[in-house]
Order: sequence, then C-alpha cells, then structure tokens
Amino acid sequence: MFAFTVKRIAQGILVMLIISFIGFGIKHNFGDPVRELVGERVTPEERAQIREKLGLNDPFMVQYVRFLKNAVQGDLGRSFFFKKPVTEVIAAKAPATLELVFCASLIVVGLSIPLGIYAAIHPKKLFSRLIMGGSIIGVSMPVFLTAILLIYIFSVELGWLPSFGRGETVTVFGFWDSGLLTKEGLRHLIMPSIALSSIMLPLFIRLIRSEMMEVLESEYVKYAWAKGIKPRRVWYVHAFKNTLLPVITVGGVQLGIMVAFTILTETVFQWQGMGSMFIESVTRADTALMVSYIVVVGAIFVVVNTIVDIIYGLVNPVVRVTGRK
Amino acid sequence: MSELLKIKNLNVDFALRERTLRAINDVSISIDKGERLGVVGESGAGKSVLGFSIINLISKPGYIDSGQIVFKGEDISKYSYDRMRTIRGNQISMIFQDPMMTLNPVLSIGEQMRETVFAHMNVSKAKANEICVEKLKKVYIPSPEKRLNQYPHEFSGGMRQRIVIAISLLTNPDLIIADEPTTALDVTIQAEIMDLLLELCKTDNMGLMLITHDLSVVSQVTQRIAVMYAGTIVELGDTATVAHKPQHPYTVGLLGALPQRAGSEKRLNQIPGVMPGLAKIPAGCPFSDRCSLVGDICREKRPQLLEKTNGIRVACHFVE
Repeated sequence: MFAFTVKRIAQGILVMLIISFIGFGIKHNFGDPVRELVGERVTPEERAQIREKLGLNDPFMVQYVRFLKNAVQGDLGRSFFFKKPVTEVIAAKAPATLELVFCASLIVVGLSIPLGIYAAIHPKKLFSRLIMGGSIIGVSMPVFLTAILLIYIFSVELGWLPSFGRGETVTVFGFWDSGLLTKEGLRHLIMPSIALSSIMLPLFIRLIRSEMMEVLESEYVKYAWAKGIKPRRVWYVHAFKNTLLPVITVGGVQLGIMVAFTILTETVFQWQGMGSMFIESVTRADTALMVSYIVVVGAIFVVVNTIVDIIYGLVNPVVRVTGRK
Repeated sequence: MSELLKIKNLNVDFALRERTLRAINDVSISIDKGERLGVVGESGAGKSVLGFSIINLISKPGYIDSGQIVFKGEDISKYSYDRMRTIRGNQISMIFQDPMMTLNPVLSIGEQMRETVFAHMNVSKAKANEICVEKLKKVYIPSPEKRLNQYPHEFSGGMRQRIVIAISLLTNPDLIIADEPTTALDVTIQAEIMDLLLELCKTDNMGLMLITHDLSVVSQVTQRIAVMYAGTIVELGDTATVAHKPQHPYTVGLLGALPQRAGSEKRLNQIPGVMPGLAKIPAGCPFSDRCSLVGDICREKRPQLLEKTNGIRVACHFVE
C-alpha cells in the first residue's frame, strides 16, 4: 500500500509539472508583465530596461524554471487588477467555491447511491423508470438553464430562496469565509448546489445502476444466492462493493470536473468564488490570475484523483497486494 | 435406502417475448440418501437448469411451470422465498463450474464462509470461525486459520474449488449439487477434486448430483446415471450397466465419441448433427433427427422413459 501511494503521488507531481508548463506557456505568450507592472505611460526605452532587469529576455526554459521555483515557494505572480499577489486573491475566493463543490458532492453521493442501487435491483418498477427518465432530462439540461429555471421558480415566483450571492458568512480559522454556519449562508447555498449537481447526479445514478446490474448478473452473485444468505447482504455487500470499484474511478474524475463546472454556476448566481473570478480575470486580461487559476484547479484535480486512487486501493484487495510487494 | 429427493414430472419454461420455450420436459428422477447421481448430456441439454430448479434459482425468465420437487417428504417447489432460503446453502449446497468466478473478489475467504454459517446457524463469530477452519481442513487447505483472511486472487484454481467445496460443507448438507465442478480446471487437478468430492460424500453419507458432460468422470464417481437430451431424460440407470451396455442410441453415440486408450488409432465416432435449440426440438422423439435407427413412429410419437432389460429405463421405441 505504501509503494502504491508513493507511486500515485509521483504521478500527481508529474501531472502538475505538465499543467504548470502549459499555464506558463499561456502567460509567456499572451501576457505582458511589463504592462502589468507599469501601466501604459512609460516610454519604450524604460520598458526595455525593465524587461532586461526582470529577465524577460532570457530563454523560455530558463524563465520556466524560475517560474517553477517561485511557484513551489507559493509565489505565482501578482494580479494586475487587484494589485495583490494572486495567491492572496485566490485564497480569498477559494472557500466560496470549495463549499459549493462540497455541498454539490454531498448531494451527488448522497442521492446517487440509494437511487442507483434501487434502480438496479428493481429495474422494472415504476419508481425506477421515473428515476431513469428524470436522469435523462437532468443530463441533457445545461447547467445555466437549470440554474435560471431554479431562480425563476424559487426566487421569482415563490420567493422562497435568494437568487444571488453568498448571504451572511462567518470567518473561521482566521482566513476561511464560511457560509455553512449561518442560516442565511445555507439558504444561499441550496440553489447553486442543486444547479451544480444537476449534471453529475444523473450521470452517477446511471453509472451506478448499469455497473450494479452487470455485477448482479455475475457468477459470484448467483453463488451468493445459492448460499441462502439474506438478499440485503447479497445486494449491499456482494454486489455493491464490486459496483464501487468502477464507480470510484469514474466518479473521482467527475467530482474534480465539478470544480471547473463552477464557472457557469457561479456566474449565474453571482457567487463570489474562483469561477466568477476566472471569468472576470479573462475579461480584464489579468494573465497572472488566469494562469494561477488553471494551476490551482489543476492541483485540486490532481489531489482529488490521487485520493480517489488510494481509496480504490483500499477497496480493491488485488491492488492492495500488488502494493504490498 | 430412504428417498432424499424426488422430482416428479417437472416442467421448466422460459418465457420469451414471442413464445414460451420448454427447457425441462416432464423429468422425473430421484436421489436416495447418500446416493451419487450423475446427470450427463451435451451443452444445452438442460442439465444445469435441472440443477438450479431444485433450489428454485433458475435464471430469469425461466420458471417452474408444473411438477413437484419433493425434498425429505416436502414439496419445496412451492416454498416461499424466505422458506426456500433455509434450504439453499443449508440442506442443499451447490458447487459451481468456474471457481475463478464463484468467489467474490473483494471479500475475504473468511467473510464468504462465515456469512453462510450465520445465514443458517445461530452461532458466535468465534464458533463460526472454528467451523470454517474445520471444513477447510477437511478439503486439505494447509494452515486454514491464516487462509481465512486472504482473498480469492491469492489462491490457485484448484484451491478455490476446494474452498467452494468447503463452503458447501459448512452446514453439513444432505445433498450437494455440483454443476460441472471440474470443467474449468486442469486435468490433474480435476482428478484431485473429484476424488475429494467422492471421499467427502462417502464419509458424511451425503447425496450428490453431479452435473457434467464428462462421461468418464461420472462413471468413476456415481452409482446411477441419467442421460439428458434436449430437456428430457433418455436413459436412466445403474452407472456400470449404462456405461458398459448403453441402449439408447444417443448414449451409444456419446460413449462412442469418447477417445479410447492410447494405441487405438480408430476414428472417433461422431453423432451427426447438433442438438436442436429449444425452439426447434422435433415433434415425436427429440433425438429423431440425428438418430441412425429412426423410423416413422419416432417422428410421430414421443417415446416414454420405460424400464427395459437390466432395470435400465430408456426412452426409445426400438429398444426392447
């Protein structure tokens, strides 16, 4: 298991290197750090001086290594618009996004497992058909449409839920603005979380159902029936544990993707998180911020996947043994 | 000897969209206490369906249409699901064909054994472990205490089949239904597993229904033999007699298709044609299309399984 974990982490680092390389490539080719530093009213000669002083005339690889060195120390550059280090800007926006993704993941995991299992065990029942029909609608509706529909129904028509912003937040641990601790904060979270989970939830239900149905046809499940053990045990222990393996691999990637999906949801709900920050940084051509968003989201993605792989190793005894060697 | 299992006029149907097909057609057979019965036939003859119908676990869309399955004096074919569960894996155990597929890959051997014990006996975990170890010893698994915590992929095919046999022994069943237990194994291991099964049946006086297409296996292990063809029994009787003097043309053909000992360079006899699918079983005798003795009566009338010479029952118009 230890060797397995080390291997996964090494792979994660490699992926991060590639992401940072692409990110730096974008910055190198599209951004002009001199403009970001001094603005428009400086003469070309002075610009050239600054350029030389900052080492911007060095070869690409030399600059990339310098960028990496700084990045490892937590310095990803300064935001041209906010006049602050980008890490600070992102750290201020990240809690909003992470809380949103966390709530959406809770919805996805909490609902897809029971619904998927039910639809697999009783494929012919009316409720299963409703689940499957509903999931098709969910998968095919774009997130922004779901979000606008939610706002129309619950904010405009019924007036039950707020349509934008995070509501009241509380600062915990000195840096984390949390909306999870106040009633208003939670009320603001409901619709964005539902909108964000609207694509993943049906996808997960369908995935769990199809994997589980396949497992239920397997010989070992048939053998479990022949042993006379209780149906609950056959379904939840024999079948579901095997269903989990493919679901974890696919599901982990999907949960990572949700972080990126927040861009749409945050824009519609004016959620002050990383997603809306990214859209703003694009319109303001704030390259340093854009690139660091890509790097940070990439890092979250890699961390989530590494954790998922390790969990997979814990569930699957075959992986566990190969790791033990 | 007293009767353990008696199947009476069993019909098993598969309901397909367009029509209903009969997989088991009017089969009657019995197994005495401690008796070993072999069921042989080609693939698709309905041997496995017969085995699964005993514990009412026929794959959908199959179902028992009519007939009785009397086990220890009670018709278990009419049992409710929960009542049937007290028979399955308890008084009647099954051994499946491929040990690579029958054990759940993500559960330890101990867990898969204990759950069977817990399903049928009210015992503590320590006691359950004790029973598991005892049965693993019986099938000659070395250091069984340690093995309980291992997973199926840590065992070879032969070892896994031993474990499956150990699981089937956990509750001291009266009958074991073994569906092609050695087909997926190496030839050398096949013999080992068969010897083991035979030994266990003898010492514990367990009944055995051995489903196989391998006639040589059946003749070594069983006392009686039932030859199945297209969902019906065509010949039924004492193993030694049937193996040496087969009477039904199909049994004759099956035995003729077995390779003889080394040195003989005679061509193997084939039975011409293939077994018909369930939808295409001919009217009259199901074997009539492939039979060399076929006459007009065979195409019109289905022969009954009747007792002929030597106490052997044969379903053929031409066997006296």
